[in-house]
Amino acid sequence: MKATRDAYGETLAQLGEQDRDIVVLDADLSGSTKTAVFAKKFPDRFFNMGIAEANMVGTAAGLAAVGKVPFVSTFAIFAAGRAWEQIRQSVAYPKANVKIVPTHGGVTVGEDGGSHQSVEDIAIMRAIPNMTVIVPADALETREAVKAAAAHKGPVYIRLGRNKVPEIFNDDYRFAIGKGCELASGNDMTFISTGLMTAQAVQAAALLGKEGISARVVHMATIKPLDQEIVLKAARETKAIVTAEEHSVIGGLGSAVAELLAEQQPTPIKRAGIHDRFGTSGKADELIKYFGLTPDDLAEAARELLGRK
Amino acid sequence: MEQEKIAFLEEKARALRVSIVKTLHKSQSGHTGGSLSAIDMVTALYFHTMRHDPENPGWEERDRFILSKGHAAPAQYVTLAEAGYFPKEDLMMLRRLGSHLQGHPDSKGTPGVEVCTGSLGQGLSMANGMALGLRLDNSRSRIYVLLGDGELQEGQVWEAVMSAAHYRLDNLCAMVDANGLQIDGEVKKVMNVGPIGDKFRAFGWHVIEIDGHDMAAITGALESAERTKGKPTVIVASTVKGKGVPRFEHKASYHGVAPNDEELNEALICLGCFED
Ligand SMILES: Cc1ncc(C[n+]2csc(CCOP(=O)(O)OP(=O)(O)O)c2C)c(N)n1
Ligand SMILES: [Mg+2]
Repeated sequence: MKATRDAYGETLAQLGEQDRDIVVLDADLSGSTKTAVFAKKFPDRFFNMGIAEANMVGTAAGLAAVGKVPFVSTFAIFAAGRAWEQIRQSVAYPKANVKIVPTHGGVTVGEDGGSHQSVEDIAIMRAIPNMTVIVPADALETREAVKAAAAHKGPVYIRLGRNKVPEIFNDDYRFAIGKGCELASGNDMTFISTGLMTAQAVQAAALLGKEGISARVVHMATIKPLDQEIVLKAARETKAIVTAEEHSVIGGLGSAVAELLAEQQPTPIKRAGIHDRFGTSGKADELIKYFGLTPDDLAEAARELLGRK
Repeated sequence: MEQEKIAFLEEKARALRVSIVKTLHKSQSGHTGGSLSAIDMVTALYFHTMRHDPENPGWEERDRFILSKGHAAPAQYVTLAEAGYFPKEDLMMLRRLGSHLQGHPDSKGTPGVEVCTGSLGQGLSMANGMALGLRLDNSRSRIYVLLGDGELQEGQVWEAVMSAAHYRLDNLCAMVDANGLQIDGEVKKVMNVGPIGDKFRAFGWHVIEIDGHDMAAITGALESAERTKGKPTVIVASTVKGKGVPRFEHKASYHGVAPNDEELNEALICLGCFED
């Protein structure tokens, strides 16, 4: 168990050694986002911008315009939310080489409550042209995604989490932007999940397996550009799809998959996620239950779709 | 003001500090430092300056308070409970699933909370809107808004500072909890915002600089704000983050950390009481 934000801090510090052009900006949350690990090692290339997220993103765009590779971090709600238009105008429109890597995405932020739980960031980032959107499932994938983002030319948004999450991948895993990954084979239905919901989907598939339902699990780290091939293949080879994300069902992974299927391969689908509500204070595991994101909830959605209730 | 009233407010603030540390100890999550630095000002507002009615939170003629630095919610919650807006037992549910006492103030659920805050930098704009709207209605209600010094780094704050002066919002009083600390360390090292008073003056505000733990100075400044016509007033209050419990004082590390058992006991001793 390890938090994706911890893997982020370590990877940044490592990348900083290899690439002198990497610079890091934070908005008074460097201890929480783990950019402090980089700051300690490379104080000259770390800029604490204070509690001023819009200015931070604009500054990053300027740094990119003179050849630097800025990584920008704060909580997801303040990165995607407060600085949305700066991301659109100053970063994505000119295709600036800025990496926006917020932590504390989703409802598992916990006790801080709805004001701090970003459940719309994937949607509003995905809507911006030129933007790549990635939600890693574990620490190892975070490491690989951060490296891939550094190597990629152009804007990238990587959403990370607050809490420790189970390990899904091992060192053999080859991450590539825009590629989904089949974690379990199956031919009755398919879970397509992202972020920490992939661990839940793997468990849900195991529950269904005991009932003789063969569930495939596709982890979709990159929500944009979406791996259309792996989705369409699942739609052709299995009878139904359940998407799972720690995010609103409006505009996120579920929407991306549903949009593709509606146009190219109409398939019965259910979207597990936050159903048009704000988050609320509580412990992370309580909130996973409260919002219907447990393996049991996912398995139940699959049964309903397959008509096996 | 007479000595008795000051002593009464000081005792209230002491009791509310006790309530803050007990509440945070129970929730084991929340913001200790900034609640303790703000509580003297919040106490003066609710138990001396503001016209309000806990029995009737929606009373149209009430003065309004906005906690722009919403993470100090425990300071507002214990004060609202003490004033009678909701039962004190509710405090023990701070930050729990289903509680109206959310991690950051939520006007949808908590009586006495006027707007939702928690995302820093937005409170003064909302305060301006309330001040403009109430002035249109010829209301004599006043608006009070409390900001953090780190919070002043948000650009939106200065857009609001500009418009409050432009619209001559003399029914508005801002207070800055200038404790010199934010999360990553000292405000002047992270991103200097000083000199705070001079900046507000340059924008056209009436500026009063005080010791934010001196009850006579706080109430005096609030009275002076009420007498000031034609411009908004800001009270720049020098404070100590974690005030009242030496272990928490002047420390950024107690910004967002709740007291453990040992720290609670120590705090209760410092605050002149023992666990009941
Ligand atoms: C827009 C926004 N960015 C970041 C945060 C996270 N955050 C919460 S409190 C805080 C520091 C606040 O410092 P200050 O305003 O000085 O408050 P105080 O010292 O009174 O606690 C930060 C960065 C936030 N709540 N809102
Ligand atoms: Mg401060």
